[in-house]
Amino acid sequence: MAEDLIDVNESMPTNTVEEYLRMDRMPHIWCPGCGIGTTVNCFAHALEQSNLDLQKVAIVSGIGCTGRVAGYINLDSFHTTHGRAIPFATGLKLANPELKVVVYSGDGDLTAIGGNHFIHAARRNVDMTVILINNFIYGMTGGQVAPTTPLTATASTTPHGNFEDSFNLPYLAESCGAVYVARWTAYHVRHTTKAIKEALAKKGFSFVEILAPCPTLFSRRNKLGDGLDQMKYFKEQSEIKNDIDTKTASLSFQGKITVGKFVDRERPTYLDAMNEYYGKKFGDKYTPYNG
Amino acid sequence: MKADPKGVLTGAIFLDGDHACAEGAIAAGCRFVAGYPITPSTEVVERIADRFPLIGGMFIQMEDEIASSIAIQGAVWGGKKAMTVTSGPGFSLMMEHIGLAAMTEVPCVFVDVQRGGPSTGLPTLPGQGDMMQARWGSHGDYGIIALCPNSPQECFDFTIKAFNLSEQYRVPVLLMMDECVGHMTERVIIPPADQIELYPRRYYDGPKEEFLLFKPDKDMVPPIVKAGDGYNIHVTGLTHDEKGYPAMTVPAQEKLVRRLIDKIKLNADKIVEYKEEQVEGADVVVVTYGITSRVAIPAIEQARAEGMKVGHLRLIVAWPFPEKRIKELASKVKAFVVPEINYGQMVLEVERHVAGKARVELVGHGGGAVHNPKDIYNVIKNSVKG
Repeated sequence: MAEDLIDVNESMPTNTVEEYLRMDRMPHIWCPGCGIGTTVNCFAHALEQSNLDLQKVAIVSGIGCTGRVAGYINLDSFHTTHGRAIPFATGLKLANPELKVVVYSGDGDLTAIGGNHFIHAARRNVDMTVILINNFIYGMTGGQVAPTTPLTATASTTPHGNFEDSFNLPYLAESCGAVYVARWTAYHVRHTTKAIKEALAKKGFSFVEILAPCPTLFSRRNKLGDGLDQMKYFKEQSEIKNDIDTKTASLSFQGKITVGKFVDRERPTYLDAMNEYYGKKFGDKYTPYNG
Repeated sequence: MKADPKGVLTGAIFLDGDHACAEGAIAAGCRFVAGYPITPSTEVVERIADRFPLIGGMFIQMEDEIASSIAIQGAVWGGKKAMTVTSGPGFSLMMEHIGLAAMTEVPCVFVDVQRGGPSTGLPTLPGQGDMMQARWGSHGDYGIIALCPNSPQECFDFTIKAFNLSEQYRVPVLLMMDECVGHMTERVIIPPADQIELYPRRYYDGPKEEFLLFKPDKDMVPPIVKAGDGYNIHVTGLTHDEKGYPAMTVPAQEKLVRRLIDKIKLNADKIVEYKEEQVEGADVVVVTYGITSRVAIPAIEQARAEGMKVGHLRLIVAWPFPEKRIKELASKVKAFVVPEINYGQMVLEVERHVAGKARVELVGHGGGAVHNPKDIYNVIKNSVKG
């Protein structure tokens, strides 16, 4: 009997990730074929699989398509200003170290206008997880060139093609001091979920870059087909190379994509370094800071 | 509530205005400061950096003023009282986040030790050219509170006042110091902690299921919660409804932004503060603030010694402006004289409320020094003649 096999209690969520989402804000704003929603699904599953007390998890976004993620996640969630999610998160974490703080934002937000904050939070090793969705373009404003737009790709502000070199973000994150660095794509949902889970469990500045299709503004302008075509590209051109030298992880226009877990190391966090240093300096007079 | 005695340096001590501001913040219970070095404000954070480790505070020197001005907001949602400190160019960089704090109703304090501008201007020398920026600097409409100390003692007292007002109205409060006040050293009396009154953060204590992060109380100010309290709050700089969810409609904008303005405007009688001296029966009222309120005294005294009827109205709170009082006085006096270290900012506000009923004379100064009191005296003298 079907009733015996299926719990028909209608109050049960129909999808296990729903409890991690603000269902009262659905439908979301993302375009058909956009990869951001896929990454949010991975994030929700990572939360589900983690042992975190969700009441003590906060999510911070900047501005842009990915910047809207905070608005859909059913945690304490902050949709801040363009590029400034990381310094907001720094204040939040240092004010209450008991919180697990996640920054979830886009490539333009975190590495163009927010680039300075990104490198300094990594250098300080502030304990936070940064999830960066890289769709190679500014989506919300209509497809402008980003620091991640591959060489020769077309954008609305590089209508004749892009001649600027793009960032190799895992290399940037590693050289600035991140303790965990991984790159996956929206095609690699299991790997992405696992990487987010590992990043959440890591103490210090952990960084997960996820490549995602932007069919509306990147693929269409560059005649790359729709979201599915971009997923096929991710599937066919990705090479899993864990622990490689991040210098070699540059991306090119529709070229090979190096994915994997590149960095997993230990460094004292900002707070641990401060408490250890002041403990030595001041001895018994110092009470370790804990919020 | 009373101040936590931990960290309160009760007694009479010599302090410069910047250090007094730092002590005021500590006495007010501020335990999170983010800042970036900039003359002439740096001594505030230097003292904080020195004092915080042993009183349980968190000081972080951020990578720039933009980061500082939003780190403090993260810290407030994390449950701290928080402040940032800067001067002209840094103040300009903070404008977007003053708007964020106004929009998301984050109680916090911004200190601007004013120097000569525009741009890099006169980094080590005084100015008062940021007064309109304090009111209108971030884009869009919002209410704001700004205070103007004229001594190290007031740097201490007004920093506490700034924190109290920010908590009471859930609004960023600006402490508009200037280089002279920041760098002058005078005796500062720090009272015992049990004589320092603090306005506690307005934490929500109603039923959890009825909680709405932006649902105002009768005084138009909503109670707050912090991250980790289990409310799953959403905070956005987008126009939002009472729940905090984006609501990008004309009615939502009208409801929210109107309230952000009205919670200051309609509470102005409780916020506005000024000091008057011999204003009744005066022919001329000198309107001053900050260091200029002290520089004007010799000019006012000389004029009085020569028989002129001169009153002095000093702004303690510059924003909201004491418009009612200026309107009242406008029909009683011949003229207002407004000395300020800029080429005319607060004088515009005086003119607006005087509305042609009396003369309004600016005594402008480009910055780099305080006025020569003679220049103020000359304008008073000419104004008395009518």
